[in-house]
Amino acid sequence: MNILTGNDLKTGAVIWWDGSGWSLHVNDAAAVGDEAAGIIATEQAARRVNGAYLIEAEAAPEGIRPGHIKERIRALGPTVRLDLSLKPADPAAGNWVI
Amino acid sequence: MYVYDHYDQQMVDTRVAEFRDQTRRRIEGTLSEENFRPLRLQNGLYLQLHAYMLRVAVPYGTLSGAQMRMLGDIADKYDRGYGHFTTRQNIQYNWIKLEEAPDILADLATVEMHAIQTSGNCIRNTTSDQFAGATPDEVVDPRPYGELIRQWSTFHPEFLTLPRKFKIAIIASETDRAAMRLHDIGINLVKNEAGELGAAFYVGGGMGRTPMIAPLIRDFVPLDQFITYAEACLRVYNRYGRRDNKYKARIKILVHELGAAEYTRQVEAEFAHLLTLQNTAGNIEPPLAELERIKAYFADPAFESGLSDSLDLANADFAKWVATNTAPHKVPGYAIVSISCKPVGGIPGDATADQIRLMADLGRDLSFDELRVTHTQNIVLPHVKKADLFGLWSKLVAADLATANIDQIGDIIACPGLDYCSLANARSIPVAQKISQAFASNGKGEKLGELKLKISGCIIACGHHHAGHIGILGVDRKGTENYQLSLGGSEGADCSLGTITGPGFDEDGIVGAVEKATDVYLANKQGEERFLDTYRRIGMAPFKDAIYAKEPVNG
Repeated sequence: MNILTGNDLKTGAVIWWDGSGWSLHVNDAAAVGDEAAGIIATEQAARRVNGAYLIEAEAAPEGIRPGHIKERIRALGPTVRLDLSLKPADPAAGNWVI
Repeated sequence: MYVYDHYDQQMVDTRVAEFRDQTRRRIEGTLSEENFRPLRLQNGLYLQLHAYMLRVAVPYGTLSGAQMRMLGDIADKYDRGYGHFTTRQNIQYNWIKLEEAPDILADLATVEMHAIQTSGNCIRNTTSDQFAGATPDEVVDPRPYGELIRQWSTFHPEFLTLPRKFKIAIIASETDRAAMRLHDIGINLVKNEAGELGAAFYVGGGMGRTPMIAPLIRDFVPLDQFITYAEACLRVYNRYGRRDNKYKARIKILVHELGAAEYTRQVEAEFAHLLTLQNTAGNIEPPLAELERIKAYFADPAFESGLSDSLDLANADFAKWVATNTAPHKVPGYAIVSISCKPVGGIPGDATADQIRLMADLGRDLSFDELRVTHTQNIVLPHVKKADLFGLWSKLVAADLATANIDQIGDIIACPGLDYCSLANARSIPVAQKISQAFASNGKGEKLGELKLKISGCIIACGHHHAGHIGILGVDRKGTENYQLSLGGSEGADCSLGTITGPGFDEDGIVGAVEKATDVYLANKQGEERFLDTYRRIGMAPFKDAIYAKEPVNG
């Protein structure tokens, strides 16, 4: 599947297109097809996202898994500071990115 | 410490106001990202993996206690309670909000700081020797000359859009603590046979994908002409440096392609032309009175005389720290203290807001209100009375800042890598943490003595891996992190570039390979040889044999 990501313009936070808006959680990401370019144009023009782009991801049983390690680290947070990641209570969360 | 005059402060304040307006227009939508991007980069604001990142300039690595305290306060107020000291003697914050960036710059301006020259294809913030003004082995304090370079290079209209970024380092001793020859321009202040001060120019060094050691192009430029000479070096580069290919745009490629002799000839011709303008409006050299004005700010603090050099070393941990983390000072009874930001298993160069503020207070109270950031991502208190060392150490111990490992294998340089950086191909920090832990738990770290290990998460080489006695480069191999090992690099006066051992390793494999390399050193070491010396004497082969030896098969 393809999903859309970018950064929140004001805060810089990593965000994912959930079909009607933007979520901090990759698991909320919605599959997009030909409409992606239109969504990017509209959302960037409305300044709801900065630098949006399309990535490949897999709909795994445990949730959506971006195809590239860089995107998985973006989705989680720094693996060396899991306390600042989106899964601060899971000490093994870093294994997900590998 | 240099103190801003009216012009300095006005330039910085004006820049803050401009950036506030630009940011407002970006958020309101009248500036596109395409138009805004170069403006935010000119103010040190990058968009990184998880958020905006702000890189703050620390000119020639020198800070006052109040400036350091502000860096800690910013970490708390605008970031997530920590900052990261970089290999360019700067600090960067990882979790910045665009809407708050102008406020941060305004706060910085109140303590004469900014984020100018920390990004873009301009002359970047100049680096220097972290022991400047304190070490007995320098011919002169290089910082006034660094400040002169700062004033000349800041907003220099001719050099705002160079072919690529441009880094200058200035030192004034034979011992190179600033990786001077791995810069676009490395300046070494020297004395000639007549005892006069001058500047030796090394041009065209750098790391990145094409590492080069800068050749010496002029061994002595009189100090009343040295800005003019730097201008000539830049002009030739600005005119002929390649703009068609980002990967060939650094000055090292120009110097290499022209040859050092031809590049030098062109610089000398430009220099001769500039000298003819000396008594005209085209003169670029600042008057000596300006240098004298600047120098006055860097006069020695009021050192006490007649202090004893004796120390009570009964506490073994304290004695170990004194041996590794202090260096001789030019004044009897004083020491230069290096505070390690590399606790065992920690993130190299990271410090919490509380740690930063503690170091600020210690610098204010025990080091004449002066601190330095080092290119090895540590902090230096340049002027500490030996009588104050035990008390200082006790406070550092309580704050997890007293690891006794300066220049040892635990004192790893690591770039932020793929944990934070959008340009990285692999993570650097977890590798640094594993190596640091491995050598602390097997007890070999100390036995190895001086061993500089440097890790970069991509070929840009912010982690200086080319210059590591042991260097590690993270690469992306079909979507998986892979680590190349190199041996024999050095950033010092014996500057050399590391050689890759062979095929790369995964994250655990690279730790094992480093252990094997250090075993070869310990088995072959003669006398007082460092790892680097043994490698240079015996060559790559024994290391390669050990690192890639097949494990014996049982049965």
